[in-house]
Parts: sequence; structure tokens; C-alpha cells
Amino acid sequence: MTVFFGVFLLTLLLIVAIAMVRTDNLFVAVMLGGIFSLLMATIFFLLDAPDVALTEAAVGAGVSTVLYLAALALTAEREKIHTVHQIKALVVVTTTALLVIFATFDNVQFGDPTAPVHVHVGPWYLENTQRYMDIPNVVTAILGSFRGYDTLGELFVVFTAGIGVLFLLGARPKKDTEAAETLIPQQSETSEGLRNYLIPRLTGRLLVPIILLFGLYVQFHGEYSPGGGFQAGAIIATGIILYALLEGEAAALRVVPQWMLMALMAGGALLYGMVGIVGMLLGGQFLDYSVLADNPVVGQQVGILLIELGVGMTVSGVLLSIFHAFAARDKY
Amino acid sequence: MDWLGVYYYWAFAALLMIGFYAVIAKSNLIKKLIGLSMFQSAVFLLYITMGKIDDGTAPIYHEGVSQQIFSNPLPQVLILTAIVVGISTVALGLGIIVRIQEEYGSIEEHEILGIDER
Repeated sequence: MTVFFGVFLLTLLLIVAIAMVRTDNLFVAVMLGGIFSLLMATIFFLLDAPDVALTEAAVGAGVSTVLYLAALALTAEREKIHTVHQIKALVVVTTTALLVIFATFDNVQFGDPTAPVHVHVGPWYLENTQRYMDIPNVVTAILGSFRGYDTLGELFVVFTAGIGVLFLLGARPKKDTEAAETLIPQQSETSEGLRNYLIPRLTGRLLVPIILLFGLYVQFHGEYSPGGGFQAGAIIATGIILYALLEGEAAALRVVPQWMLMALMAGGALLYGMVGIVGMLLGGQFLDYSVLADNPVVGQQVGILLIELGVGMTVSGVLLSIFHAFAARDKY
Repeated sequence: MDWLGVYYYWAFAALLMIGFYAVIAKSNLIKKLIGLSMFQSAVFLLYITMGKIDDGTAPIYHEGVSQQIFSNPLPQVLILTAIVVGISTVALGLGIIVRIQEEYGSIEEHEILGIDER
């Protein structure tokens, strides 16, 4: 049964992907992108990766669709047809595809437990998670503790990308600031949200608290079930973005003001780093949580909980700041 | 030969190349970015596919159940963080595209190159 599901979903995924590239309406392409992400999340779930599926669903179908739409509102909705490299591109792409497909015959078989990827460090993590930190979700254990350095680095990349977007879109062209001072600021369409539409507003208002509650559950239950800081940060950001779409951007900024977003962005990364430094001050190594409590296992659990909190804060702060940076910009 | 497994790898190859085609053949910058993130998704799919073990389950211990086969958790951790990093970098790309639109009045590559040559 799973076999049929897998083949069906992959075929659907390829059809959606081709439709996304072929359409000249970018709005359609972005909407198909949401379907693409949901299909991808389902495939990840079939392949035993619920943590990844949760992330893909929240980030791909939720946040990235909104960001693309915000960018489309600032640029153009239709693509101009321009066919110069088409034949060359097709030749290159087909050749490369055939090479990759040729290589798959030499690949290890799907699901083979003796494949090289499964005999190296993976089994060690599975065997030792219970001994070192006694939490059921091995993915969270690796993310937070065994490979904490990686995660710290990834968090800094997210943080840097957020700062980059704020730098790019935070500054306004000079002519416009002068004009804005003389004119009375008028309510644009985006700032009103869907306030005048009864049905989306009512259903949306019901959904927002549930999304936020689920986000908090995913955040603090990440050691026991699929979840953790990355997923929770994306889900909470989605909830607040939905509120912004319903009630207008200004209303969302009243709930979570700009200074709070900045504090979340920087505070999360700072918290992560501080946990590492506190460990050093207590006599351990950087990001070694065993020294945080008298019992090394409890220490590991405290450390993972704290750094997951830091990850969640930074991810939600960055995604919301990026959304506001796009939403606040007017079309020039 | 396990045809389902090969199909997973073929879908990876096809998806990779659909994304690559959009990057090199399309002139619209947002379309290029969509292609790039599709390329990225294909790589995610390859990693997760390789982590799967036959009859395995998600790598979460369940009380009272012993002797489970778990799929490899390591690729999952790598991809989980890569997805969030991916959206941040896509947002950065969109920010640059918005700035290009404001400076050049276009997001079509051939038009921008034409303006630059003038």
C-alpha cells in the first residue's frame, strides 16, 4: 500500500513541478508551490521523517507562499515570454538527467539497511541517545546536543539572512520619504487586511489561537514527539502572519511590536550561545550540557530545552521581521 | 531490482532537472528563484530517501516497545535545519529582486541586461 502511495505522490509532485515551471502566471506558480510543499511533506512522512514533514508543511506551504506573494505584489504578476536559451537548456538538462538516472543503477538499493549511510554514525546515535539524555525523539537529541555546533551555525545563517533582508528593504528611496512627509498617510489596501470580509475573518480568528497553541505544544514537546524549535518558530510565525493578513499589518505590529521582533531575533541566538558559554564556565566544553545540572542526563535535557527555545525565538523573530519588511514596503 | 526505490531516485533526478531548467531557461527572476528552491527540494528528497530503512519507523522511542527498526535520523536532522535556512535565503533573494525591480523597473533578465548595456 505504501508503495502505491509513494509512486502516486511522486508522480503528482513531478506534474505539479512541471506546471509550476510552464505557467507564465507567477501567481499560479506560487499557489502551485504551496501544493508542491504539501506533497513533499506527505512524502517525507511516508519516508519516516515526521520532523522534516512538519517543518516542510509549516515553512513551505505557510511562510514561503506568503513571502512569494508579498514579492509579487511589489514586482509583476506576469512573466514575459522570452525564448532564447530554450533549446540549449533542454539539451543540457536532458543530458544531466540521463547521467543522474544512469548513476541510480549503481546506487545502493532503497531501504537497504546495510547501505553505507546506515553503518557509520547513525546507529551510534540511535543506541546512545537513551544513555546520554534519555529522551525518546532521537532527531531532537542529535539536533540539540550531538550536533549542537551545526545547529548553532544554521541558526546564525538564519539570523544573518534576516538582517540582510532588513538591510535591503528597510531603507526607502529618498524621493519617497520627502513625498511621504508632505502627504497625509493614507490607508493602503494591505494595511486594512480582510477586515471587511466577514467569512474569512471569522474562520481566521478561530484558527489563529489554535495555531499558536499548537506552535507552543510543538516547541515544548519536541523531545517526546516530532517537533522542536525550528518547526515551532515557523508555526508561530504563520499564526501571527495569518492575523496580520486578517486584521491588517498595523494590528499585528501592535500585538508583536518591532522591538519585540528584534529582541526575539537577537535574543534567541544569544540564548543559544550563552548556554554554551555557561557550560564552559561550569567546567565543561562549549555546548556540553552535561555540567548544567548535578545529574549529566538532566543537564542534557535542560540544555536541549533551552537551545530549542533559542532556536524557536530566532526563527519566529526572523520570519516575522522578513514578512513585515515585505509588507511595509510600498510599490515604487 | 526494487523498482519503487529506483523510482524515488528517478523522481529526484527529474525534479532536480525541472528546477535547473527553470534557472537557466527562464528570464523572469522570480521564476528562477522558484526553480532554485525546487532544485533544493530535490536534494532534500534524496537525503530523506537515503535515510529510509525497510520496515523502519520514525526514530522516536516508544515506551514498552522494544526491538524497533528506526530509519536513519541523521539525514533528517540535516534536512530539517536546511529547510528553514532555505526559506531565509529565498527571502533574501526576493528582497534583492524587489530592489532590482525598484532600480530597473523590470525583473526580466534580458531587459535588465539591455538597460545595463545602454
